Amino acid sequence: MSTEPIDVFTQPIRLEYDYTPGTARSRFLKNLEQGTIVGDRCSTCGKVYVGGGSGACPRCGIPCDEVVPLSDRGTVTTYCIVNVPFAGATIEIPYTSASILLDGADIPLMALIQECPAADVRMGMRVEAVWAPEGERGPSMDTIRYFRPTGEEDAPIDDILKRMRDA
Amino acid sequence: MRDVAVVSFAQSPSVRREPARNEVEILMPVVAEAVERSKIKDRIGFTCSGSCDYLAGQPFAFVWGLEAIGAWPPIRESHVETDGAWALYEAWVLLQEGEIDAALVYGFGKSSPGSLRDVLALQLDPYYLTPLWIDSISMAALQARALLDAGKATEQDMAEVAARSRKDARGNPNAQIAKDQSADDILSEPYIASPLRRSDCAPISDGAAAVVLAAGDAARAATSRPAWIRGIDHRVEPHYPGVRDLTTSPSTAKAAEAAGASRDKIDVAELLAPFTHQELILRDALGLAKPNGTKINPSGGALAANPMMAAGLIRIGEAASRIMSGDADRALAHATSGPCLQQNLVAVLEGE
Repeated sequence: MSTEPIDVFTQPIRLEYDYTPGTARSRFLKNLEQGTIVGDRCSTCGKVYVGGGSGACPRCGIPCDEVVPLSDRGTVTTYCIVNVPFAGATIEIPYTSASILLDGADIPLMALIQECPAADVRMGMRVEAVWAPEGERGPSMDTIRYFRPTGEEDAPIDDILKRMRDA
Repeated sequence: MRDVAVVSFAQSPSVRREPARNEVEILMPVVAEAVERSKIKDRIGFTCSGSCDYLAGQPFAFVWGLEAIGAWPPIRESHVETDGAWALYEAWVLLQEGEIDAALVYGFGKSSPGSLRDVLALQLDPYYLTPLWIDSISMAALQARALLDAGKATEQDMAEVAARSRKDARGNPNAQIAKDQSADDILSEPYIASPLRRSDCAPISDGAAAVVLAAGDAARAATSRPAWIRGIDHRVEPHYPGVRDLTTSPSTAKAAEAAGASRDKIDVAELLAPFTHQELILRDALGLAKPNGTKINPSGGALAANPMMAAGLIRIGEAASRIMSGDADRALAHATSGPCLQQNLVAVLEGE
């Protein structure tokens, strides 16, 4: 047996969890599976949230009580171009990750922008969802493969940002 | 010292697994109920929460809890990565400064998503014992064994704690395990980690609790009989369990002394003892080994419902509820955190 002291050893650690999306996010994900995006409207302040976090209106601290259908088109409110590879990445760099304010929603979703050079992405750019083909859609954000430019004229981004800020 | 009281309390029923609702969805109605009951929503100047990201398995999961409380316009808020009882302590300290008159405190957690005994092993000890991968139940079993070997308790004593707790829990609508089962029945169960049987261990629970604290006039505006916090203190023991005498709880004794627990008789004591033998150790540390007129855990305690990160706050809430209802004049509440009662908090509450 070696008498050398052990300075370093590797300890494998793994914890597994069953994730509970919750009522609101389950509804959001099940709608994605059907090719539709729904938001939650707060009846007190009227804000529409999308992504189905807690189903709460975080401003009012109460559950949203109305489900509203949303467009799969929206406006880029901010973005970043990813140039650094990381473990587990599934797409080639550079790529663009953006906050997209869907028409009818009051908070943006985060998604990829593709089918255009990263350098062309800009705040105010109009984009639309590219859905996975029917049969490959599940209750997952992967069901929206990415967003791509619609070719529409840019939205008035200053107005949109002001509306989000003042909201 | 400024007079600060618990003026309202709400909790969710504890369940083994909330299948549909996530943490925030469990928490939201509980916070709403506690705030509504307090009748002083507009005077709440601080919010403090207790939760544990390891339970959810998501970094910064606690931030999400803020969606339950309507943090707009921006509020003054803080968080502790432990039981909500310590969040209450932080809020109490802030109330002592005199700048605010009321505070909201909440604790919440779902223990069901992961393997709780393994999650807790990593949560509080990522260094010393991790190579051994010792889980929380095995740690508690080592402590129970030490207690038995020291001749300080018997398995019969432990079984009686379990039987009494589950029996008393029949009066608690939020309890997860409530039943009339004799100590002899419990002693016939197989060991799950000798000398612990299933009934010696708290259930795995999902749940949440919220408390509103208020000072002076604000407390009197909220309720006719506030549960005044006459003393509150918490102490911690060494991280490494090998250097502790696991059969005693000096940190509980010191916290109780600082909180003035022994100054008068205690009508009700709500102790956070997730394992039967731990109640025996705590009672010894608190001078309640022979509860002379003190009702121990009338709610059934953690053995009836143990939502992690809320169960300690629930002890304070249960004790306060008995003061507010007039059933008790002086109550002691205890919370614990860490393996084998490593850290302990004691609060003494009184009516007027």
